[in-house]
Amino acid sequence: MKVLVPVKRVIDYNVKVRVKADQTGVELANVKMSMNPFDEISVEAALRMKEAGQASEVVAVSLGVQQCQETIRTALAMGADRGIHVLHDGELEPLAVAKMLKAIVDKEEPGLVILGKQAIDDDCNQTGQMLAALLGWAQGTFISRLEVGDGELKATREVDGGLETVALKTPAIVTTDLRLNEPRYASLPNIMKAKKKPIDQMSPADLGVDPAPRLETLKVVEPDKREAGVIVADVTELVDKLRNEAKVI
Amino acid sequence: MNFAMTDEQRMLVEVVRAFVERELMPHEEEIERSGILEPALLESLKQKAIASGFYAANMPADVGGGGLGTLEVTLMEQELGRTSMALSQCVYRPSNILMACQGEQIERYLLPTVRGERMDCLAMTEPGAGSDMRSMSCSARRDGDDWIIDGTKHFISHADIADYVILFVATGEEETPRGPKKKITSFLVDTNTPGFEVREGYRNVSHRGYHNCILTFDKCRVPNSAVLGVPDKGFEVANEWLGATRLQVAAMCLGRARRAFELASSWAAERKQFGQTIGKFQGVSFKLADMLTEITAAEYLTYAAAWKDDQGAMTDQDAAMAKVYASEMLSRVADEALQVFGGMGLMDELPLERIWRDARIERIWDGTSEIQRHIISRSILRPLES
Repeated sequence: MKVLVPVKRVIDYNVKVRVKADQTGVELANVKMSMNPFDEISVEAALRMKEAGQASEVVAVSLGVQQCQETIRTALAMGADRGIHVLHDGELEPLAVAKMLKAIVDKEEPGLVILGKQAIDDDCNQTGQMLAALLGWAQGTFISRLEVGDGELKATREVDGGLETVALKTPAIVTTDLRLNEPRYASLPNIMKAKKKPIDQMSPADLGVDPAPRLETLKVVEPDKREAGVIVADVTELVDKLRNEAKVI
Repeated sequence: MNFAMTDEQRMLVEVVRAFVERELMPHEEEIERSGILEPALLESLKQKAIASGFYAANMPADVGGGGLGTLEVTLMEQELGRTSMALSQCVYRPSNILMACQGEQIERYLLPTVRGERMDCLAMTEPGAGSDMRSMSCSARRDGDDWIIDGTKHFISHADIADYVILFVATGEEETPRGPKKKITSFLVDTNTPGFEVREGYRNVSHRGYHNCILTFDKCRVPNSAVLGVPDKGFEVANEWLGATRLQVAAMCLGRARRAFELASSWAAERKQFGQTIGKFQGVSFKLADMLTEITAAEYLTYAAAWKDDQGAMTDQDAAMAKVYASEMLSRVADEALQVFGGMGLMDELPLERIWRDARIERIWDGTSEIQRHIISRSILRPLES
């Protein structure tokens, strides 16, 4: 079974994100970019399947600017077999990404697509679900455990009340949560091999998708600064303040 | 000229940095406080380094190493330099001089060291022979087919955890136009050889958990097959293989300085005094500007020397300039970073006081600053003198 793993290039989780002065977005110039941490978990899951003989090939896909190839190379250095890069300089919304991934799935015919549950930049949490809907495939989202059987997957989902295990018929979509695994470090031999692995480059037009945004961002602002708290003498004062000052009860 | 990193170099830096931050840094505090790197921890970190392929990354691929060039090793060393010496040693880089192994030495020393099964240490310094290496008195004399070694070495790094020593001793004298000169031979000697003892070294200010030792040899008998290279040609072997170790020191200094700088700059942007962040005061912000300028200068000096080494064109002067500048830069940057923190900088809650303490040795070992300047000035003046 071939496994497809979309990997997104996002601002590194260590970076203190700053809003641009003109409020059109966040500052990306000279900012360290990395693979979305949930996507690292997806790559790891796919690699473990390959090592266990459950997957024949791991293909990493990234959509966006030219530098997304760095993100694909990182997946290749972790152990993925080859990459696909859809080059697009403008903004990409989850639906456009899902449509392009569908086109790639139609061509590549993987048995499983493993996506991060969300990207840490926009936190949309939509692409996996949209892709499953477009393909009409089974989906297991927010998984913390994955068992691979013959033509069937058991995915354990982290839901509000606890853990839910669902059986999925392949081909299927899963999206990964933090506790699924701990991603490996790219090893030195794999870093050296990564350069030789192929990355196919294509455009949204090649996939027959119009990536134009359907949403318009009006402005991006920083959250309000948290103000210092006060210590109240007793419950009566607390209730009074909540009712009359904060007006929340 | 192209100053951009290749994809491989960028990934190497990213991955080694992640390894250092996640696997090594969490143990810094316990080692600084106890002064001990527990053998079990060393072993587990070593196994992780082996699994990731970073162990012995400096050694050629055909002997099982990572096959990195000098520039890549330098970039990796810089990242390892962000943590303490004791911890960075878990991602061990064997001495390149082992490539001089011949015959059965290859199976006995070189290959198991690259695999992480054995560990080397290097012994040159003696109480009476520091910068003046040729004056060493530890000696070996022939006895039939064997050699008998007598004498003392000190300041021998990590000999306590090594399985064998790459030992340099005097093996007689020769007459030269400039007077008598000691002949030096290099040997490979197992630490369990009768007559050889590894003793606890001195307690010191730098590198807690990474120990220096005293080696004593008392009629220690080794076979002729223990000679590394050719008898009486020990310095030739050292000169052929140990040139790049000065770049390792420079690279470590870069990593430490970067970490100190990052701590100081985030603190300057956060800490408030007199109603504003202290970075708003020019007395603090200009320190940061100078620190980064010096770090960047030291980086380019070091990278350029490493790049030249990969082209086979590095001179002693190149390595000396990188070593002296990077090590002295680290002292200044560590000191100023500590000043930005004020009193808190001296407390062991932060890694800064360690970086500041550890910085002092860098201007001394692998050739003091004075020796480096001697090398640089000699190469300036010699061609001009008649």
